[in-house]
Amino acid sequence: MAKTDSRSGPTRRTVLEGGVATGVLLATGIPVHGEPADTVTAADSPTPVPTMPMSLRINAKDFAVELDPRTTLLDALRNHLGLTGSKKGCDHGQCGACTVLVDGRRINSCLTLAAMHEGDEITTVEGLAEGDRLHPVQAAFVARDGFQCGYCTPGQICSAVGMLGEARAGWPSHASADVAAASIALTDAEIRERMSGNICRCAAYPNIVAAIRDAAEGA
Amino acid sequence: MQSFTYERAASAEQAAAAVAARPDAKFISGGTNLLDLMKLDIERPAHLVDISRLPLDRIEETAEGGLRVGAQVRNSDLAADPRVRSRYPMLTQALLAGASGQIRNKASTSGNLLQRTRCPYFYDRNMPCNKREPGSGCAALQGFNRMHAVLGASKACIAVHPSDMAVAMAGLDARIETISPGGETRTIPIGDFHQLPEAMPHVETVLGHGEMIAAVTLPPPPAGRQVYRKVRDRASYAFALVSVAAIVEKSGDRIRSARIAMGGVAAKPWRATEAERTLAGAAASDGAFTDAAEAALAGAVGHGGNDFKIPLAKRTMRHTLAAAVESA
Repeated sequence: MAKTDSRSGPTRRTVLEGGVATGVLLATGIPVHGEPADTVTAADSPTPVPTMPMSLRINAKDFAVELDPRTTLLDALRNHLGLTGSKKGCDHGQCGACTVLVDGRRINSCLTLAAMHEGDEITTVEGLAEGDRLHPVQAAFVARDGFQCGYCTPGQICSAVGMLGEARAGWPSHASADVAAASIALTDAEIRERMSGNICRCAAYPNIVAAIRDAAEGA
Repeated sequence: MQSFTYERAASAEQAAAAVAARPDAKFISGGTNLLDLMKLDIERPAHLVDISRLPLDRIEETAEGGLRVGAQVRNSDLAADPRVRSRYPMLTQALLAGASGQIRNKASTSGNLLQRTRCPYFYDRNMPCNKREPGSGCAALQGFNRMHAVLGASKACIAVHPSDMAVAMAGLDARIETISPGGETRTIPIGDFHQLPEAMPHVETVLGHGEMIAAVTLPPPPAGRQVYRKVRDRASYAFALVSVAAIVEKSGDRIRSARIAMGGVAAKPWRATEAERTLAGAAASDGAFTDAAEAALAGAVGHGGNDFKIPLAKRTMRHTLAAAVESA
């Protein structure tokens, strides 16, 4: 059963943990195809997969890990390093919830292997703030209420940080009238086009755009 | 995803040799398409050779006045390069019309050329697909084929090549340089690089196993104004229904020469040579653009769901040509 807090009853987290445990009991307790579940033994398991050592530098800390080469950067962060800020939405590069910065550039961490990022400087949403001082993009999302459920928010924020760097470097976008122009004005149309790799199922887009506009203007 | 072993290549020659040594090995560069397909068990390499760190990430001037783009130049870096933006604007436009900011930051020049089709039946392992499983049939022929080819298709496959970048490169007569396991190099005109499906849609390019793209060379920019126009279901982050890359050189009120390539219509970037012939020497008028569009789509065949692409491609071509002559 879920643990209870003497003052406020079960917390959301303890209820969730209890729920998971119940689910596991149900899943393993029901015989499948008439066979008792406990007939699955270690001998029936496939050969253990090979692993490889790798060192990753994340949020200015070095981590040495031993991982299956199949491990994506996202799964390494979430499942092996306890950095669950980066979210798994679609796991196919379509939603942007997993966006992180690699050497300052935004990428989908679900579409790259952890092994391919040895020696890179990886920044996740956990690494943006300086102590208790939020990154300006984080602060702008709070000030503008740039979210509803919040699931896409870490990806939106990391993507926006990377995008603002691209805009400062003068990179054009599909929304730019003249791709050869030396600099661009970061209009709302530009922000929306440049952020199209980040989906928000709550459709908090107006406030996301406002937050990014504020951050771009240094508000 | 099937289990695999991983190695990081030390040199281009070593990478080519490492892949050539194993029929089940593949190169991985940006990985944005390959890993997606591996998660779905559509691609099942047992060994990956990581070529993403090879020093093939530079854009250099060529003696003839063009640019040589290393295979590992990221799509975003190619699009943002000031020389590309000013001399090959339709290449920048095409790159920026594709994918998302995150994917362009990862995807490589060579990987973009080699990306696989997004045909939903290629992606669905429960359905027949001659490209994924040779000999199994084509579910798209009688299926949901709204996104599919109207030119150069076969009874075995009606999938389209999804790249925007390659369409602009086809219009620019780009050349693809490769390196083979023995260190030999060759240069392939982009028009000869991708293959039409005919009876073997699983063979998509002329590359041998282990042959690696080293660079893409852009000849000096041709005279005339360049325009890339893409029509799609969403305003951003969607594959083309139809796209047109056009370069039109005017002389007075007449068209001296035109180069046109189309995307979203075939298994390869489609160079519209008949349309180019129609335009050479013609008056720059809507009548000439219409004649060119009719010539380009004369051999087009719809499959039901994609019949609309034929008139859409014609209108997109007329519109793109008009935009190109406006200030040519």
